[in-house]
Amino acid sequence: MTNVLNIARYELRRIFLSPLAWAVLAIVQFIMGFVFINLLVEYAANAGMGNDQFGVSDYIGGSLYGFATILLLLVMPLMTMRLFAEERKSNSLTLLFSAPVSLTEIVLGKFAGLLGFIGVVILLMALMPLALNWSTDLDWGRIVAGLLGLFLLMMSFGAAGLFVSSCTREPTIAAVGSFGLLLVVWLLNILAYNDSIPFKELFGYLSLIDHYESLRRGVFDTADAIYYVLFSALFLSLTVLRLDMERN
Amino acid sequence: MDSEVLIEARGLTRRYGPTVAVETLDLTLRKGEILGLLGPNGAGKSTTMKMLTGNLAPSDGETRIKGVSLREEPKAAKRHLGYLPEQPPVYPELTVDEYLRYCAGLHGVAKADRDAAVDSAKRDCGLGDVGHRLVGNLSKGYQQRVGIAQAIIHRPPVVILDEPTVGLDPIQIREIRKLIKDLGANHSVILSSHILPEIQAVCSRVMIIARGRVVYNESIDATRGSGVGAITLGLRRPPEVSALQGIVGVRRVRAIEPGRFHIEHEDKADPREALAEAAARGNWGLYELSAQARTLEEIFVELTSGDEQRVGDIEKEAA
Repeated sequence: MTNVLNIARYELRRIFLSPLAWAVLAIVQFIMGFVFINLLVEYAANAGMGNDQFGVSDYIGGSLYGFATILLLLVMPLMTMRLFAEERKSNSLTLLFSAPVSLTEIVLGKFAGLLGFIGVVILLMALMPLALNWSTDLDWGRIVAGLLGLFLLMMSFGAAGLFVSSCTREPTIAAVGSFGLLLVVWLLNILAYNDSIPFKELFGYLSLIDHYESLRRGVFDTADAIYYVLFSALFLSLTVLRLDMERN
Repeated sequence: MDSEVLIEARGLTRRYGPTVAVETLDLTLRKGEILGLLGPNGAGKSTTMKMLTGNLAPSDGETRIKGVSLREEPKAAKRHLGYLPEQPPVYPELTVDEYLRYCAGLHGVAKADRDAAVDSAKRDCGLGDVGHRLVGNLSKGYQQRVGIAQAIIHRPPVVILDEPTVGLDPIQIREIRKLIKDLGANHSVILSSHILPEIQAVCSRVMIIARGRVVYNESIDATRGSGVGAITLGLRRPPEVSALQGIVGVRRVRAIEPGRFHIEHEDKADPREALAEAAARGNWGLYELSAQARTLEEIFVELTSGDEQRVGDIEKEAA
């Protein structure tokens, strides 16, 4: 456990020592801010139109975080691409492999470091609705559910990205690869709309994004959370297997 | 010779598909030894070291470090090892202090002892003034030292260094060699190189690897002490070969050309005097008597050069 924490601490440190993390955070925040203001203006213009069942938390929280999923799909592969690929390229992976730590500890450590970065993104995402807290009544339950969903979604993106990064020594290939992988899993739900495909419900269930839908609307279903946790666990164990193969 | 065995590798084999990089290699490292692994490029030195440090699983064979199997209990076994691969495994974006603290933590140095471990490793590797600098901004020589510091930070009984002086300038090479010699006082070291004087300067035992096999494994004193190598004898009126064969200390005689002989002598014997006396007595017309001092370089060239030539020699001997 101390090994995992130690690796995670330095991983997080190294993520924030690179300009990439700051650039990603700045650009994500800029785009989200842009969308947020847009939504706010739109909501203000429609206010008093008698649409009472659509509150500000729903309108802003829901739409904003719904948009965030697409942005994060583009951005997370950039954050995960370096994790193993770059270390392999610069030969620093040997340090971890010759230290008395297990492969599982290495993978969990790196993943935990990445979760730290994801936490920062979530914090920034929370700031926008928080700004409205003083001028209106927010339904924090809904917003927290949305944020939790985003966290789970990013965690899954991260685990998949970590796995792809462990397969190659070129960070750019890792980025393209994990983007492709995530998009395919995301788009599995297209199949669910096609009646001629057998087991179409299954594909709909496997899709990454369908499980976010209810969380975004403020409904916390354990099954959705478990889906993301299992998805992450699967890719983390694949990463361990991949690293073990490398020695053989 | 009865000091504690730290590394015991038996029958290490590594195949990459059909190519065999290392074949049934046995290696023993005792306490206080500096073992030099010598071999031409591509002989399997790095592969051997990767297997000894658990970076590469052997296709066959086993390594025990302080009696702990590297395969069954990798974590416990690796605790006794420090490894510097060919490329120092450094993170350029960290400072030297940060990096070494991280390594100390990874190698299980307790939190309270980490500062002391970093300080002493820095002192040993001459990194005292660069602690606050980014590893990426250091010169190659300093990065190499950071790599060595990383390998000794947890004071492992065994330090494995893969070509530690490659790419350094002559002054840095001397400093690193001195550092390795100093390390040898408290740690056992395995060092690989293809630079002969380097091995001769720092190692206490030499192991030559060629085409994935161990072809020579002797203490460095043996390579120096064997002093007299093969003797070349030239005679105007040569006697029968059997007459030469009968002289005390001569093991084998081979005619190179009419009147010139290649003489191998018994271990630790020097038959030159006896040969000269016999030549004077028999009026053989001695005109040449020379012994080659066998240097490590000759041993190396002899053992690692192409097979064909040696096969030819053996056939000639047989004939």
